[in-house]
Amino acid sequence: MMSPAHYLFLSLALFLIGCVGVVTRRNVIVVLMSIELILNAVNINLVLFSRIFGDAAGQVFALFIIADAAAEAAVGLGIIIAFFRNRETVLADEMDLLKW
Amino acid sequence: MLDSILFYFFAGIAVISAALMVTRRNAIHSAVFLITTLLATAGIFLQLRAEFLFIAQIILYVGGIMVLFIFVIMLVRLDVALHHIRFRMKNLVVTIVIAVLGAEAGAIIYYARKLPGQGLFIQNMAPAENLAPNSEKLAQSLFSNYLLPFEIASVLLLVAMVGSVVMAKNKKGTEDS
Repeated sequence: MMSPAHYLFLSLALFLIGCVGVVTRRNVIVVLMSIELILNAVNINLVLFSRIFGDAAGQVFALFIIADAAAEAAVGLGIIIAFFRNRETVLADEMDLLKW
Repeated sequence: MLDSILFYFFAGIAVISAALMVTRRNAIHSAVFLITTLLATAGIFLQLRAEFLFIAQIILYVGGIMVLFIFVIMLVRLDVALHHIRFRMKNLVVTIVIAVLGAEAGAIIYYARKLPGQGLFIQNMAPAENLAPNSEKLAQSLFSNYLLPFEIASVLLLVAMVGSVVMAKNKKGTEDS
């Protein structure tokens, strides 16, 4: 039986990689994918604690997070398509209309 | 023994392909590596005896969300953008964020090693024989204690669907035709 700390460190590693992706990538689609990776890392934690306590509530929360990720991906990609139609770019540092 | 082999197999695939996802230049390659990460995470879920989430992860994430991502990547003309994709490491804020996150992770690992026993004050897992069949337990919890959040989540999905259709609709095209 693996100890819970192994799963926590796996989740930590995925979370950190996702954060680095969010702050370093310029392509907005890849930034959205990194956010999906962060949500997924949180899901590992929730399922692990649901397993530790033998309680299904953690898995219910993980299910809600998956539904949230679906909603966020749909709205985010809709925004990206609308933006690309106007500005012909998906790079984050060319989205500077509000920049002073 | 088999448990740890499976864990290191899935965890290795997840971490390596997540790192590759962040570093690849081509967005399609990133999407494929993210799919690999999500499948490996589904394996971790199965090892933690969350069978329903294992199936939901594969069907919803890999079959639904990632297909949407790849569709948008192919719809948006990325060959224009590919020439000047590079990392923004020069930016001061980016460097500070990465440094703080790395310091936090290092502090967690350092203090966890110093604690007695397993560290991190986590109790051991409940024995597997005590666990009820997973999907039934999940459904009972979802439709009794968490019924209101379930309904709110369905309304959220409806709002997101309508919102994305409205935003992605081509207004000029509908006027012309």
